Amino acid sequence: MEMRTLHVKINGRDYQVPDGSTILEAASAYANIEIPTLCYLEGISEEGACGVCVVDVKGTRNLPRACLTKVSEGMEIWTNTARVREARKINVELLLANHPTDCFTCERTENCDLRDLASELGVREVEFPRTRTEWLPIDNTSLSLVRDPNKCILCRRCVNVCAKVQSVYAIDIAGRGSNSTVSTFLNEGLGNVECVNCGQCLLVCPTGALTERSEIPDVWKVLGDPDKIVVVETAPAVRVAIGEEFGMPDGTQATGKMAAALRSLGFNKVFDTDFSADLTIMEEGFELIGRIKNGGTLPLITSCSPGWIKFAETFFPGVLDYVSSCKSPQQMFGTVTKTYWAEKMGFDPRKIVVVSVMPCTAKKFEKERPEMKTAFHYWQEKMSLKDEEAFNDVDFVLTTREAARMIREAGIDFANLPDEDFDKPLGESSGAGVIFGATGGVMEAALRTAYEVLTRKSLPRLDFEDVRGLEGMKSATIDIDGTPLRVAIANGLGNARILIEEVQKGESPYQFIEIMTCPGGCLGGGGQPLSNNPDIKKRRAEAIYREDAGKPIRKSHENPEIQEIYKDFLGEPNSEKAHHLLHTTYHDRSGE
Amino acid sequence: MKKLFSTQIVIPVDSNSVLQGALEVKHLLEETIRTYNLASQVSVVETGALGIYDQGVVLAVFPDDVYYGNVTPSDIQEIVTEHLLKGRVVKRLAIDRSLSSRRMVEKETGKSQQKIVLRNAGLIDPQSIDEYIARDGYAALAKALAMQPGEVIQVLTDSKLQGRGGAGFPTGLKWGMVAKEQSDEKYIVCNADEGEPGTFKDRLILEGDPHSIVEAMAIAGYATGAHIGIVYVRGEYVMSIARLKKAIADATAYGLLGDGILGTGFSFNLEVYRGGGAYVCGEEFALLESIENQRGEPRNKPPFPPQRGLFGKPTVVNNVETFANVPPILLNGSEWFRSFGTPSSAGTKVFSLSGDIVNRGIVEAPMGTTLRELVYDFGGGITGGRHIGFLQTGGSAGTVVSERELDVPLDFSSMKTSNVSLGSGVILVASEDVPLLPFLAEVAHFFWHESCGRCTPCREGTLQVKTILDALVSRTADPAALQRLSRLMNTFTNTSFCGLGQAVPLAFESALRNFPQVFEQALAASHVPEASAESV
Repeated sequence: MEMRTLHVKINGRDYQVPDGSTILEAASAYANIEIPTLCYLEGISEEGACGVCVVDVKGTRNLPRACLTKVSEGMEIWTNTARVREARKINVELLLANHPTDCFTCERTENCDLRDLASELGVREVEFPRTRTEWLPIDNTSLSLVRDPNKCILCRRCVNVCAKVQSVYAIDIAGRGSNSTVSTFLNEGLGNVECVNCGQCLLVCPTGALTERSEIPDVWKVLGDPDKIVVVETAPAVRVAIGEEFGMPDGTQATGKMAAALRSLGFNKVFDTDFSADLTIMEEGFELIGRIKNGGTLPLITSCSPGWIKFAETFFPGVLDYVSSCKSPQQMFGTVTKTYWAEKMGFDPRKIVVVSVMPCTAKKFEKERPEMKTAFHYWQEKMSLKDEEAFNDVDFVLTTREAARMIREAGIDFANLPDEDFDKPLGESSGAGVIFGATGGVMEAALRTAYEVLTRKSLPRLDFEDVRGLEGMKSATIDIDGTPLRVAIANGLGNARILIEEVQKGESPYQFIEIMTCPGGCLGGGGQPLSNNPDIKKRRAEAIYREDAGKPIRKSHENPEIQEIYKDFLGEPNSEKAHHLLHTTYHDRSGE
Repeated sequence: MKKLFSTQIVIPVDSNSVLQGALEVKHLLEETIRTYNLASQVSVVETGALGIYDQGVVLAVFPDDVYYGNVTPSDIQEIVTEHLLKGRVVKRLAIDRSLSSRRMVEKETGKSQQKIVLRNAGLIDPQSIDEYIARDGYAALAKALAMQPGEVIQVLTDSKLQGRGGAGFPTGLKWGMVAKEQSDEKYIVCNADEGEPGTFKDRLILEGDPHSIVEAMAIAGYATGAHIGIVYVRGEYVMSIARLKKAIADATAYGLLGDGILGTGFSFNLEVYRGGGAYVCGEEFALLESIENQRGEPRNKPPFPPQRGLFGKPTVVNNVETFANVPPILLNGSEWFRSFGTPSSAGTKVFSLSGDIVNRGIVEAPMGTTLRELVYDFGGGITGGRHIGFLQTGGSAGTVVSERELDVPLDFSSMKTSNVSLGSGVILVASEDVPLLPFLAEVAHFFWHESCGRCTPCREGTLQVKTILDALVSRTADPAALQRLSRLMNTFTNTSFCGLGQAVPLAFESALRNFPQVFEQALAASHVPEASAESV
């Protein structure tokens, strides 16, 4: 059916715009006018809460909101009258009157939407007296996120992302009027409720109300400790996003500069989580092969996304048997570093500090899971360690943003650094490890290995185009030398919920499902740089697939360092030792 | 066949009088009548409120037409022996007026109440469906069911009935919009979340004549093609809820609700939903959200409820008083209805009179009745013979006016023509002894307390308005306070998300216009304390 067009006037000029457009869309697409917004997030948060996008429409008594009001035939819209400018300004002034003024030291000082808007609207004075007289306690209960309700402007973006995109519903508005706050169930705090630590709320927060729990001070401290051997691992999605923090074009592959910068910060070894991603593929690929060959529980569901794991433990404990027992690449890396590498180098594992740089806030939670002390248990008997000496496999997690902040703090001119390589042996990876950072990447990486192991044939074509792309859900049937393998991919927990409900009912038609917590996969993770580019995930994804295509080795099982770790240390994939060190268990949190 | 009695004693039992001991008085009265062997001649009838709110427990003796006020159990013996046995009025308890008796007012002033909405209140036992039917109850439903739905809507459209909740939207138009929507389900919702300060008319209607709402909603269902109705009642209205539930049960038992009503193919079921007490839930979308078990907050308009209302389905939302007008209109015709009121506003309005006024209570008068008539004729003037200080009309979200506006006829156009709002029909009278600014500060606190918090202008703005009014009261306002107040008023009107926020300025703007000197004097007398002088 052909779309009807409507005749409207915007600021005195005539335009024809599609029926169903909002004033905001029509003004932007046809009149080149960007009406300012604050609480609006297309398709996700359409609350009309902030009152900033108001416009004058001939014949209406009040000023309608451009974000919610649809155009109608003959509508006359004025986006820049004195009444409009004054109304926008007052609403921003009212928000500022109720907002802390510690902008200098606020974590969002460089990229605060509220501050930008005040500047854009020419607010040079707040005529209204301060209204925030009591400071509300900061929610420090979460291992991943910190919530400062004093900086919250009640735009509800976080609430809507949590509910509509992630279907987690951990936060909502509590209280009424000027006493309303974004809160959790019974104000228990994010760390004590169903929050899965994904950090999508943080990505959409216009102010400094939501930030990651920073581990920068801890990392500086160990970097300054000469007794420690501090190694860093970097997740695949970090290298294609960190350049944004330094003004480089979106989608820059900054792998070499990132390695160089981290080395400059003083890390003793700069390793790569891509290595352990290859290791994950070996373990998970063989787990899939095993389950297919031996009639095991299918579909196999991936396990590398810690937000998804907590989601499953909380909402779908019944499907935990389907979830791969493989640890995530971050945790495999920590274990391997403090066992295999420590042994190989003759280092005291207690002196090794593993810092990971992740696009993710949930990784901060994951590293603290009680199961994630495998290296300690490996050494406990051999070194007669006491229980209280227990150490985590991974010590600290920095988000992409935190790593960039440290690099800036050290005065490193990131964009102009000469490229450097990762250190060996835990810095060697295949293209399969790289694409972990994009939705569908784990699936594709696993298929490259599973195909060749199952068929004992060389893959005719490495790129599985069917599983690529940023759609929330994808499915495909892969021909494994005549045997069809039905696979599905979901990114964003709202999409995951749909696939998992099928699994729970026993109606899933798939043998292999990849779940990523965040929309777009890790490249859209809650630890990534904040961006105003609506195509940012696409740019990062393109960079990831370029990185893969440029790799000499593109299949995990062909990574020589992977072959070596199996030969020298682990034995076979899914061996008893591999199981002991690289696999984990989950538990039902539905009653918590 | 009911027994015939020579004397009837009517006792209004509503949630107000119960608190003052009406049930104890009633039981003792019945017992005493039996003791004196009068039970075959005197009946005691429980009714809804008579509209009298400051006379404690009231008894009305018919056909003598004598009213007793502030009756306590210790008075019963005297009333029975003196009045019922000897025919002598107990003078010390008699009250020389009654808002429910048009004769008393007529006698004194020539003005009369015109009862359409309150046609049964105080006259019948609200818990008796038979008494309602005896007063033509459910005849309008029967008549409607014999008409085409479009004809029913046409009668309402022709009657020019407008919504009585405050906004004055034409009822026939609203029903017509719902009727023409194609949908598998439609809903009829009665807004009985009466929360506007100073308004207590809906409670009187629900407690005094619940069947009128049941009947009207069934008619609305037939006219629009809806089969489910929900009455959303303010949670504190316990007796309204109980009487409505009984009315629904009785109507269902009589085949006036449920499947195949009166032998036709029309089915309609009613439910009562108890509200949680937020002012904002009187806003129609917030009310619908509340029924959907969501946080009570407005939705963006358009679409309006007739297009996408409850659970996204076409929905009629009407006020209690609006519905109560429907059966008489259908029975008597649109022309009859238009014969009351003014050209812009047909019919009557139920006013809630409160404050420093002699006759506090409910009065139903034709649209276009002036403030002077309401205050001095029906209201009996100002207590203690004092002068008027100011009046607030229409509720907290209404205008604050002076004596100069006393001759403004109140109807839906009076806001436009004379800056006096009709709103929900509140007339709050303050004598010359009541200071204006503390009163306005109370109004500001009310809006601050009841703002839902969704939109910036209302959430933050009410907080600022409250601060300004408090400073004016304590004489600590800074010189720019009034300028800020005026900026805020424009912001409420222009950018508040819902009608509630948009109505906040009514009281303050009108007060500034009608009593500028009060603000100026407060400002002139103000000293800004050192500590609060710092700005952002």
